[in-house]
Amino acid sequence: MVTLKELSRRGKELAPGHRACAGCMFPSIIKMVLNATDKPVVVANATGCMEVVTTIFPYTSWKVSWIHNAFENAAATISGVEAAYQVLKKKGKIDKDIKFVAFGGDGGTYDIGLQALSGALERGHDFLYVCYDNQAYMNTGIQRSGATPFSAHTMTSPAGKAIPGKQQKRKDLTEIVVAHGIPYAAQASPGYWADLVKKAEKAFSIKGPKFLNVLSPCPPGWGYPEEKGIEIAKLAVETCIWPLYEVEYGKYRITYKPKNKLPVIEWLKLQRRFKHILNNQKLIDEFQRQVDETWERLLKLEEATNK
Amino acid sequence: MRKVRMAFTGNEAVAYAMKQINPDVVAVYPITPQTEIMHSFSIYVADGEVDTNLVTVESEHSAMSACVGASAAGARVMTATASQGLALMHEILYIASALRLPIVMPVVNRALSAPINIHCDHSDMMGSRDSGWIQIFTENANEAYHSVILGVKLAEKVNLPVMIGLDGFIISHGMEVVETLPTEEIRNFLGERKPVYSLLDVDNPITVGPLDLQDYFFEHKRAQIEAMEEAREVIPKVHEEYNKKFETNLPDFVEPYKIEDAELGVIAMGSAAGTMKEVVDKLREKGKRVGLLRIRIFRPFPSGEILKYTKHLCALGIMDRAHSLSGLGGPLWTEVRSVFYGESCVPPDMNFIYGLGGRDFFMEDGEKIFDYLEKLVEGKEQSGSVKYIGLRE
Repeated sequence: MVTLKELSRRGKELAPGHRACAGCMFPSIIKMVLNATDKPVVVANATGCMEVVTTIFPYTSWKVSWIHNAFENAAATISGVEAAYQVLKKKGKIDKDIKFVAFGGDGGTYDIGLQALSGALERGHDFLYVCYDNQAYMNTGIQRSGATPFSAHTMTSPAGKAIPGKQQKRKDLTEIVVAHGIPYAAQASPGYWADLVKKAEKAFSIKGPKFLNVLSPCPPGWGYPEEKGIEIAKLAVETCIWPLYEVEYGKYRITYKPKNKLPVIEWLKLQRRFKHILNNQKLIDEFQRQVDETWERLLKLEEATNK
Repeated sequence: MRKVRMAFTGNEAVAYAMKQINPDVVAVYPITPQTEIMHSFSIYVADGEVDTNLVTVESEHSAMSACVGASAAGARVMTATASQGLALMHEILYIASALRLPIVMPVVNRALSAPINIHCDHSDMMGSRDSGWIQIFTENANEAYHSVILGVKLAEKVNLPVMIGLDGFIISHGMEVVETLPTEEIRNFLGERKPVYSLLDVDNPITVGPLDLQDYFFEHKRAQIEAMEEAREVIPKVHEEYNKKFETNLPDFVEPYKIEDAELGVIAMGSAAGTMKEVVDKLREKGKRVGLLRIRIFRPFPSGEILKYTKHLCALGIMDRAHSLSGLGGPLWTEVRSVFYGESCVPPDMNFIYGLGGRDFFMEDGEKIFDYLEKLVEGKEQSGSVKYIGLRE
């Protein structure tokens, strides 16, 4: 694996002056993912916070070739770029080895962009799709998405007197992606940087479609002090709310198993969006039940695919 | 130049032009009546007759999105669609043109739902008339073939995308003789695409499609408007170059047909213009001074040409194969009227809506239009009225 020193010197991080909120996690995610390869990269970005805060004309924070097309089509856009690359390389017009990365938030990936993602994965383009999952539509002011966890308060699933936040459990996008049978899919958290970088490195070393689902804590959306981002990103893993695992050619591997699986309340209590359920044991139990169910299933999948 | 006469449907002619062009990337999704274009082209790909990377996307939205990515990466890019497919692309059409990407797209004109229908009218391309694309409406398969080749040259000259309409089933599935050009000559004429910027020029990274707010958006839109105005100057030059090189006779913005000395004139687009030429000939034999102005390029709108060829008429009929549902009539008509506004001595005019959802347009229908115009001259019909031709009412 690349050393921390080398990682910091590869120079594909965002230029200073971008407008991401203090404590936003995705600038770090971009830095870790893009610097995991020493090859040049071309990035396609879905509409969302990342696109908005990094490119207000006439400024750009991107040191690499970058394209934003629309909200739901980052995967289709990078498909086109990659298709152009393959044919122009064959024709001898390009001789460089270039890597292709698409970034989308959970809204642009779990929801409106799911079809384009599915199509691009099925067609087998050689690219890495990175979902920075901040668990709601944050760019438009915190609305629930398919990635929003059970009971979370958002502006479209508010904690009201009759309905206490989002009533549905979150969609498991990583599993949907795995079902495409692509070479590599993984979940990562910026709280575990070495794990994240290792997964990105592995993804870049494999030909074909790859997918990384990276938890991206959001201070205004989740309601926590800016300096707590990494701590919350770690706690999501320690509680098994966000398991770190990878699926390589169908084989599951949990890359980090907490020694002491913490109760979900340890993660929930740090965030304003769950404030309304902290005294509601029934809802906390349901949250815990959902997390346990997914975790148990994951353990079984790991066992079953490694026999 | 050795031209080979081939029996092609419109779709086959377009696919054959695409094969001769040999684009770098084609991203397509099936839709009736466009599908045969991609069938034929897929065979060319499968048989190794082209170098094209064929991206068989999961929707038209993704087709146009992939085209944008590929074109921004410096490739020569094409797709094709119809009706609902064009509507689904709508969002990305504006992005393709504003990013100044020379994508070329045949559109096999078909009615938009609802009610669902698979046959010809122009409501699909009329729905995207303000998306910043150059729009060409062709009269027959031969013209569609040449327009696709010319479209690539034009798009890359002005850095704007071009859509080429061919009437669904009438042109797309009708067999015609097409005078095909030698492949080598076409490729020499087009040369390689030389993009101003490319995402794949990784030593000179660029940011494409940034957020553009109150302080620059307006200037960028103004620049795009300017590009369309400049295209107006380039279009005749590219046609001249094409006609000279290939010994063809492709009209640019408009095709006047016996209208210079006519008293009654009609404006039409697409395949119905062919029918109207026959009607004009028939009525001329009877001594009636009638004529036709076919509009070939709808965007940018040929205002000057329309004035030049119709101002002298005693009455003008404007045929629309679409209705705008605006309360004003057909889209072509309202635009012609806006060209007339402020001009002195323009002819009285009527709008004729015809052929929606593939309703056949017969010569008798064309004669009926001239009957109406005669009555208009006699004061028995009102200028500014809308008539429906071939409709059971």
